[in-house]
Amino acid sequence: MTLTPDPGSKVAEMDPEGRPEVSRSEAASADALAADQRTRITGEAPAPSASEAGGEGAASPAVQVEGLRAYYGDSMQLKGIDIEFRANEVTAIIGPSGCGKSTLIRCINRMHEEIPGARAEGRVLLEGSDVYDPSVDVVAVRRAIGMVFQKPNPFPTMSVFDNVAAGLRLTARRRENLDHKVEQALRGAGLWEEVSDRLGQPGIGLSGGQQQRLCIARSLAVGPEVILMDEPCSALDPIATLKIEELIAELKQRVTIVIVTHNMQQAARVADRTAFMLSGELVEVGPTETIFTKPTDSRTEEYVTGKFG
Amino acid sequence: MSTSTQPTGALARFAPSAARRRRDMLARRVVLAATVLALVPLVLILYYLVHKGIGAWSPSFFTSDPTGNTFFGGSKIGGVKSAILGTIEMVALAAAISIPIGIGVAVWLVEYGRDSWFAHTVRFFIDVMTGVPSIVFGLFVYIVLIVGTGSSYAGYKGSIALALLMLPIVTRSAEVVLLLVPNGLRESALALGAPRWRVIGRVVLPTALPGMLTGMLLAVARAAGETAPLLFTAAAANATTLNLGAFMNSLPVQIYNDITKPTSAVVERAWGAALTLVLMILILNMVARLLARRNRLA
Repeated sequence: MTLTPDPGSKVAEMDPEGRPEVSRSEAASADALAADQRTRITGEAPAPSASEAGGEGAASPAVQVEGLRAYYGDSMQLKGIDIEFRANEVTAIIGPSGCGKSTLIRCINRMHEEIPGARAEGRVLLEGSDVYDPSVDVVAVRRAIGMVFQKPNPFPTMSVFDNVAAGLRLTARRRENLDHKVEQALRGAGLWEEVSDRLGQPGIGLSGGQQQRLCIARSLAVGPEVILMDEPCSALDPIATLKIEELIAELKQRVTIVIVTHNMQQAARVADRTAFMLSGELVEVGPTETIFTKPTDSRTEEYVTGKFG
Repeated sequence: MSTSTQPTGALARFAPSAARRRRDMLARRVVLAATVLALVPLVLILYYLVHKGIGAWSPSFFTSDPTGNTFFGGSKIGGVKSAILGTIEMVALAAAISIPIGIGVAVWLVEYGRDSWFAHTVRFFIDVMTGVPSIVFGLFVYIVLIVGTGSSYAGYKGSIALALLMLPIVTRSAEVVLLLVPNGLRESALALGAPRWRVIGRVVLPTALPGMLTGMLLAVARAAGETAPLLFTAAAANATTLNLGAFMNSLPVQIYNDITKPTSAVVERAWGAALTLVLMILILNMVARLLARRNRLA
């Protein structure tokens, strides 16, 4: 399944203001993109059940991280990470607090550099294009790689509808069919049935779990190819967590998902592949089952069996 | 463990001793006395204002300009219409100048300047400006715009002096509120792929708006009560004017001029004007409080 008509040229199209030129050809391509996005959100297109067992070599890498080093000021937080996140799979990143899990995913959509004094070196390839290339517009990178944060954070001044529409309005995406796009994004996030009768009410009036799914809908509306989740369930109760996990299983048919989690059961439940990190280094990555049952590195084994961390 | 004066049983272990009870009672009385003491002048001020000012109030007090006749008893002295309108006009212009600039500075400090040396320098000067006596702003405008240009007093020059006075208040309060906007909101908007300016315009400022309004209204209230910056910038006038280039009357200056006159009716007009000014500012403060209650960040 192709995620975009031409991912390579998509990165090249990124202009500094992040506003698509209004020339005919680009408008047409934006339409194509919107159509493609709709397809992905509705899931009409037949999605391959991407390597359920996490079989080696089954899927192509959607995101490839090469020699990634990340710094806060002078201290190196990531000490050269090489990892690939395969298309239409869920990859979980586990590891003790402060091991660099969040830093790693924040480097993938270049959110790491938003922290004063933080910088990153190395390459992060999205379908072959380096998001750290000097010609790349960071704004366009983030449209292709969405992010869901630990704490649900709907925009407090906006209604449920506007929160999802904000994904489109803030990025100046084409606004025709806004109602339809918002509905599709909410359906994609499994929230439509619960909120369709109160779209005009404030987003922060929803329950915690609903708020988090609203945030997922908000990122879906932009039409990302990859969604990064930074402990998305750590502020939620078990039932809300379950819903998010079910949603993740559905979403992976359309997008590549990388999820940071402290909860090893969660990693075991949702992830096709799991990566274990320690002190800014990637210790081991492999099919989830392998990582949890017969890891090759003794540190991984000690961590997953609860001997430290 | 417990002394003989204490209740017995399971609770005795945690009961305060008699000495501690006495100290507690004493401390409570001291702080209560301080509170009452502080209230006395406040209540007296309000009492005198109403007592002396309400007598001057009449429909014509608000609808007629001062006549300028202040020496001969029994003659018509007029009201404070030009002063009320002058205050509103000059403060409105001052707000129109200082609020956009102040918010701009605050947005720069919070969203861009952050911890840079220039941002620290700007913050330092804003703090210094907050402490500058208001008459110095009047003096500055007098030297630059009146002596410097060889021109005369004008309403807009008073507005500029007031705007200088308001600027640090607006900036500081807006900065504080912008800092309260959770970083998660900025991050999630940035992570959607929004350019920074749009994140500020669509997410940060709307979230901070109710809180910033409070700071703006407090700055306006402060400026409306200032006499010193207006004395030798806008001066005083009798007639109502909508021309901000002309001499312009204001409530504080009217009070200042009236209270020194020998005629009792004119002094009474000063009290009436003072009551009017206090009420105007009270209303502004109440609006500010209502808006603060709607503040989503508080």
